[in-house]
Amino acid sequence: MSALAKRQPTEWETAKRRRTLLIRAGITLFAVVILSVYLLPLTFGVVTSVKTQEQASDSRAPILPADTLQFEYEGELYDIYNVPTEDGMQQWALVDAGRRSSEFVDTAHPEAGLIEWEGSWRTLDPVRELAVHTENYPEAWDTIDFPRLLLFTMMYSVVTMIGTLVASSLVAYGFARFDFPFKNALFIVLMSTIILPPAVTLVPTYAFFINVLKWGGTWWPLIVPQMFGNAYNIFLLRQYFLTIPREMEEAAMIDGAGPLRTFLSVILPQAVPALTAVSLFHFFFAWNDFFGPLIYLAGNRQQNPITVGLTEFNGLYSSQPQLILAASIISMVLPLAIFFLAQRVFLQGIVVTGVEK
Amino acid sequence: MGLKYLRTMTPMERRRAWLGLMFISPWLIGFLLFYLAPMIASLVFSVFDFTLGAPDQAQFVGLANWNRMLLEDSNTWEALSVTLQFGMISLPIGMVSAFLLAVLLNSKHLMGKNIFRTLFYAPTMIPLIAAILIWSQVLNPHTGWLNRLIELFGIQAVGQDGLRWLDDPNLIYIAYTFIGLYGIGNAMLINLASLQGVPTEYYEAAALDGAGWWGQLRRITLPMISPVLFYNLITGMVGMLQYFIVPWVLNRGSGYPEGTTNFFMVYFYKQAFTFQNMGYGAALAWFIFCVGLILTVFLFSSSRYWVYYAGEGQA
Repeated sequence: MSALAKRQPTEWETAKRRRTLLIRAGITLFAVVILSVYLLPLTFGVVTSVKTQEQASDSRAPILPADTLQFEYEGELYDIYNVPTEDGMQQWALVDAGRRSSEFVDTAHPEAGLIEWEGSWRTLDPVRELAVHTENYPEAWDTIDFPRLLLFTMMYSVVTMIGTLVASSLVAYGFARFDFPFKNALFIVLMSTIILPPAVTLVPTYAFFINVLKWGGTWWPLIVPQMFGNAYNIFLLRQYFLTIPREMEEAAMIDGAGPLRTFLSVILPQAVPALTAVSLFHFFFAWNDFFGPLIYLAGNRQQNPITVGLTEFNGLYSSQPQLILAASIISMVLPLAIFFLAQRVFLQGIVVTGVEK
Repeated sequence: MGLKYLRTMTPMERRRAWLGLMFISPWLIGFLLFYLAPMIASLVFSVFDFTLGAPDQAQFVGLANWNRMLLEDSNTWEALSVTLQFGMISLPIGMVSAFLLAVLLNSKHLMGKNIFRTLFYAPTMIPLIAAILIWSQVLNPHTGWLNRLIELFGIQAVGQDGLRWLDDPNLIYIAYTFIGLYGIGNAMLINLASLQGVPTEYYEAAALDGAGWWGQLRRITLPMISPVLFYNLITGMVGMLQYFIVPWVLNRGSGYPEGTTNFFMVYFYKQAFTFQNMGYGAALAWFIFCVGLILTVFLFSSSRYWVYYAGEGQA
C-alpha cells in the first residue's frame, strides 16, 4: 500500500467530522429528553403501582416507593424520624405525638426511655427505605378477577379475528382480481364506511339485537357483525394481493384448480405478512373495544371484557390508586409484548392503510 | 364498469363477474345488514317516539323529534359546541405533535432511529382504558407527576390551589388533549412514511437556492406530505365527533366539571341507551352524521387550495 493512500485527514475534514458528530449527539439527546417526557406517565404508573396505598395518596411522599422504617418499643411499632438534637441528627421513634412537643425513644438507646422533644413532629422527615410492593399485582389480579376478564376478551378477540380474516381476505380477493359491474362504485362505498359514524347505524341495530333476537347480555351482537369483513382489513389485503404476480394463479387455473382452490393454495400462502398485519390490527381492536361491550353486556357484567371491567374497577376502588394502576399495567402487558415482537409487520400495515389511500 | 358493459360481456367475463360478486358477497351482505338497512331504519326511527321497553306503543310523531332536537333542546347545541370546542384545541395539538415527532424521527442525524420509532409508537399500543386511568393519576393535583414536574420550574402547581387539571373547566380540554397524545402513533407513523418518500433532490435543490431548515419545511416538506396531513385531518375529525370513552371513563358522562365534558356522543348515549329513547336517539345520530358529512365535504372542497397531489398535472 502506498503512503499516498493513507494520507492524514486535513484539519478541515476533522473539524467537519467533529461538527457532524456533535449535531448527531445533540439531536439524539434531544430525542431522548422528548421520549422521557412522553413516557413519563408510564413510568409514573409503574412506580406508583408498587407503592402502598398511603404513599400513593400522599402528596408529600417521595417519588420512589419507600416505606417509613419502624421501631419496636415495648411491644408496639413506632415510625422513626430524623430528629435534630444537640448531638446532631438522631433517628428517634415517635411514641407519643403532640402538637407542641412529642415523646420519642432513641433507637440506638431504647433503654434510656422516653425523650421529650420540643417542636412540631410534622416538620420532621421520616426515615425511609426503598420498598417495592409487588404484592399489589397479585392483589389487583385477584380483586378484578383478571382470569375471567381475560377469558372473555381472548374469546372475543380470537373468534372475531378468524371471522374477519376469512371474510376480509375473500372480499379483498374479489376486489383485487375480478371485474364485475359497479366494482369501482362498490369499492368507494366500502371505503366510505370507514368514515361513517357508527352512531348512525347503532340505534336500530341495538333495538334489533335486543328486542328481536333477544341477544341482550350476550356476546353475539359483538361477534356476528365481525363475520362480514371490515373495510380497513379488506383494503390492506387488497393492496397486498395486487402486488402478487398473476402468473402462478394462471398456472394453477390451467392445472384445473377452481377459483377458491387457487385463492387458498396460491394467494393466501403468499400473503402471510398482510394476513399477520390484519390479525394484529384486529386483535388490538378487539382488546380495546369498549362501546359495544358497554351497551350489549349491560345486563350481564359477569361476562365483561377487560376494558369494561377495568372501568368498573376504577369506579369501585378509586381510593386505591396503586391497585388501579397495577390492574391497568396488567391489561397492557400482552398487547405491548405482541407489539414489540411483531412490530415490523404491524408498522408496515399502518403505513399501507394510511399512505396509499 | 357500468350497466352498458353488461350486455357486451363474453360468457367467460360473465362467469368471472359472478365469481367476483361471490367473493365480495360477505361484505355485500354485511353492508346491507349492518350499514344500509340500519341507516335507513335510523331515519325511520327518528320520526317515531318510542322506548325500547314498550315498542308496541311506538307513535308516529312526524318531525317532532327533529324539531325538539334542533329548536327546543338546548343540550343538542351545547353538546355539539363542546365537541367542536374540544376538537379545535385537541386536533391541532395532536396533529402538530405527530408531525413534529415524525420530523424528529426522520432527521438524518438521529441515531438509533428504529428504537426511537418503536418507543414513540408504544404508547399508542397501550389499551385506551389503561392509558386513561394512568393519565388520570398523573393529572392528580396532589400526587400526580405533572404538577410536580411543573413545580420544578418554580410554578406553584401541587395542591388544592394548584393546577386541578380534571376539575377546572379552563384546564379540562388541555388535560383531555394530554390523554389524546397517547393515541397519535398512527398519525406520526404515516407522516414519517410520507416524509421518507420526499425525494432528497428537492432538498438539495432548495439548499442550493439558499433555503434554510424552516424554508425547506415550508416550501418542500409541508406541500409534499399535505395529502397525508389531509388524511390525518379527516380521520381525526371523524374520531373527534365520536369522542366518548375518555369522558365516560373519567366521570361517567356527568359533564363534570360544569358541563364542559357533555360531548355529543355522551348525550347521544344517555338518550339512546340510558333513557332508551330510540326515536330521539336515532334523530341525534342522524344529526351528528349530517354534521360529519358537512365537515367532510367542506374539508374536501378546501383541499384543492392546500393539498398538493404530485400525480395530478396543473391544468
